[in-house]
Amino acid sequence: MRTDLLTEDLSGLAEALAAVDAFDRVLVDGLLRPGAAQAEGLAVLTRAVSGSPLAARVAQAAEKAAAGGGGEDDFVALAAARAALLGAVHDALMERVGEATGREPSGVDFPAQEPEGAANVLAAARSWLADLARTGWRGLDHEAVSASAPVVTALLADPALRRLAALLDGFAAELAASCPGATVEQFPVRRWADLWARALLLTVPGAGAVAGAEPVTGRLLPLGVDLQEHATAVQAQVHAVFEPADGSPSRLVRASVSAAKPDTVVGAGLWQLLRPHMSLLAAVGEGRAMELTGMPLTAEGDLLWDDVHAKSGEPADALTTARVALPAATGPLTAPLDRHPARLAVPVFLEGYAAETEDADTVTFDVAGGRLAVDVDRIPAAGPLTPKAVAASRACIGLLRWDAGEFRLQPLAVETLVRKKPVGVQAGAWAGGSTDKAGVKAEKAATDAATVLRERAGRLLRK
Amino acid sequence: MTSETVQPERLPDRERSSTVRVLAPARPRKLAKVPFVELADGRLQGVVSSGSDIQRVYVSSVAAKDFAYTCSTNNNRPCGGLRSSYCNHIRALINEAVVQYGVERVARYLRVEVAGSEAVAADLVTTMTANRPSLGESSAAASVFSRFLRHLAYLELAPATVPLPEMHWFPPTRAVA
Repeated sequence: MRTDLLTEDLSGLAEALAAVDAFDRVLVDGLLRPGAAQAEGLAVLTRAVSGSPLAARVAQAAEKAAAGGGGEDDFVALAAARAALLGAVHDALMERVGEATGREPSGVDFPAQEPEGAANVLAAARSWLADLARTGWRGLDHEAVSASAPVVTALLADPALRRLAALLDGFAAELAASCPGATVEQFPVRRWADLWARALLLTVPGAGAVAGAEPVTGRLLPLGVDLQEHATAVQAQVHAVFEPADGSPSRLVRASVSAAKPDTVVGAGLWQLLRPHMSLLAAVGEGRAMELTGMPLTAEGDLLWDDVHAKSGEPADALTTARVALPAATGPLTAPLDRHPARLAVPVFLEGYAAETEDADTVTFDVAGGRLAVDVDRIPAAGPLTPKAVAASRACIGLLRWDAGEFRLQPLAVETLVRKKPVGVQAGAWAGGSTDKAGVKAEKAATDAATVLRERAGRLLRK
Repeated sequence: MTSETVQPERLPDRERSSTVRVLAPARPRKLAKVPFVELADGRLQGVVSSGSDIQRVYVSSVAAKDFAYTCSTNNNRPCGGLRSSYCNHIRALINEAVVQYGVERVARYLRVEVAGSEAVAADLVTTMTANRPSLGESSAAASVFSRFLRHLAYLELAPATVPLPEMHWFPPTRAVA
């Protein structure tokens, strides 16, 4: 990999992000009584998309919002303008990643999406988000935040709306913990604008629909597991190389499993929730391939997993997969709405680097003239991989990510030397269960917590 | 503010990061006695299981700023242990909140002034009771109990294998509260 390319400047990036920042600052004070600073922020966003098909609609929305009269549709237009800028940033970053990894896109394209029903709850969500934009982060209070609770409950009830439900639930928890906004010194400005804008776009019917899929048959070679969580939701995504049985080029794919959860289910409890719904998690821990027969695969590279289409295969070491199969695999396209730098997660394999540690939590890989920060904080706590093991590693499978102006590597698995023999350590090794001492202890604590919650639910819920 | 929160070295990037961690995950704790604790609606509130009757739970809360307290059963009967100050249910609630969120976050939310990061749950209770808190409005009990039920209902939602791209904004963290 040409790591040196990842630290070079991208032309236009700073300008695009400056326009995003200008809009994001508008949300800090809100749009109820906008002043000159907010009008200027909206004008910067308008100018940034003035050469795009959005220009006229965004200009109109910005004008109304700057006068304090922005409606829900105007906010959607502004969110779309912001998303377009970040989409351009995403594309530029992906192009650079493509140059660094030498990976070709698969060329598979998207079928059109059908809009769905559920308009009422989407309208309720949109209305809450519009109020939030008027209030601004500084105006946050408990009343403003708790108005989201009935919306989230209604969204969770419809499995087709789980994306928006999980997003709003996690967002509202952060807002609630930051109340009252008037006492907060520094807001996560870009993050909250991201969450707000994304949620607003997902209220457009059909925006969150799953892409069309076609059944595929072949061999799946896991690379590692990426865990994502907030207080009341968890998702595990297994990154893998798929080798079609028909001999067509191998493809990089993901398989996801997610669950809603009480906030006290943490650590190994997350794996316990997910484990029964995807046999692939156990395959990662055991270092096995899986044989797929007729498993749906979207153009975005997402396997819509169902255990009936999968059976356990031959042993397949993830590091061998990364060395041998990963370089030849083509990359998936990104769905239009998912073109955002935070969504970038590209599997890469690195070796021959020098790992530098500043302190226990800061690791940097020095690779062929380029330096790559390692996001060790992202390694799940319930697993055998530690920042220390990463610092002592000599080969690493990771996800290339980008945030706050720089590329970072999220480790999924490393190879270290134990008594002069190479040993692989997976971040998600406990996903399917664990037999080592620390793992068994974590499983036990998680089982106890889940048992109490289920007992309480059984006794109190249906009355 | 002490040095053990999630923020310090990330502060310069906090405003321009999409994935900065705003909340640390709950620290694992035993749930048998206090199955539910939350910092919400301007209160520390939660549910405490009765020691004698398996069907009964107490809904307890302490408000931020004035530390006004309430405690009643889920059937709206007042707690027998409530006299001129916090009952044992409220004390248990504060203890477990400190385990789950860390003393700093609880103190900050309730606006209790405690000395440094060495403080423990007992210090919070001492400071709060020294303020001679009064009995609060018990009307909140119903909403706390329904929030608890809503919380338990998360267990009833079926897991799914359709991707949730939005979860990329919620990375795990090794930092604890």
